[in-house]
Amino acid sequence: MLITCPYCGPRDVIEFTYQGDGNRERPQPASQDLDAWNAYVYDRLNPAGDHNEIWQHSGGCRAHLRVVRNTITHEILSTAFARGGHKSADNRAEGRS
Amino acid sequence: MAEPHLPERQSPLEPEYHPGSHGNFEHGVDVILSETRPGSILQLAAWPGEEKRLIEVIRKVTGLALPDGAGGGVNSGARAVFGFAPGKFTVVDEAEGLAQAFAGSITPAIGTLTDLSHGRTAIRIAGPKAEWVMAKFFAIDFALPAFPLGAGRSTNHHDIFAQIQRSGADQFDIYVFRSFARSFWKALCHASEEVGYEVQ
Repeated sequence: MLITCPYCGPRDVIEFTYQGDGNRERPQPASQDLDAWNAYVYDRLNPAGDHNEIWQHSGGCRAHLRVVRNTITHEILSTAFARGGHKSADNRAEGRS
Repeated sequence: MAEPHLPERQSPLEPEYHPGSHGNFEHGVDVILSETRPGSILQLAAWPGEEKRLIEVIRKVTGLALPDGAGGGVNSGARAVFGFAPGKFTVVDEAEGLAQAFAGSITPAIGTLTDLSHGRTAIRIAGPKAEWVMAKFFAIDFALPAFPLGAGRSTNHHDIFAQIQRSGADQFDIYVFRSFARSFWKALCHASEEVGYEVQ
């Protein structure tokens, strides 16, 4: 599996570290909304198809990336710096940066 | 810190550094391995949006003008600079004291300077089979159009992080952690045996 890092170009997946589901919406640290925290910790879309993910190019430039990966085919549909926002697979995470 | 006039640093490669020809060199030596031992190895990082100001500081202090683009770099022989991550650059000088030269120029508003002169070991591989040997180590494209002269790359070899700069058409400078350098050097020597190598 190759992931195209926006800085380094196409690299083998062994250089990358999976950092989790990219759809999560972290509540404000001071939030006491238990439903929001519960959703952040446990709720996952678990789609059979395109999935928003956060990866880190830990064996290269060490940038955090937003990656859309198809969970059935492992095709990488898009990559972008996490800092700059990205096009989401299901619109759920759009508008965040 | 790299203070001038200190006793010469010991090389971490020393117990495994054997000048001369080795391996399958009956038909000639196809790569030359050496430790370049630069006096200064710095890591410079710009805060987001401050990259251009940092590049300007690098130009003023070193005289090296970084080209645009990810991984761009330039190598003048005595000095070298290349981008290895967004907004981050490795700057190398044969002479000690480069950190002091940068000291007043990189203000807290622009970014940070980390002196890695004691933390990295610089290994040079040169010769007609340099690309071939490097390709056995790292899963990146070493062909000249994909990896131009002066450009830098961040990658790793069996979890040993490496920064690589192309310092010649058939020459690469590899910066590895000092603590892993001897292990990396031994592996590089083994990988070079098939083409015949000389340690200088």
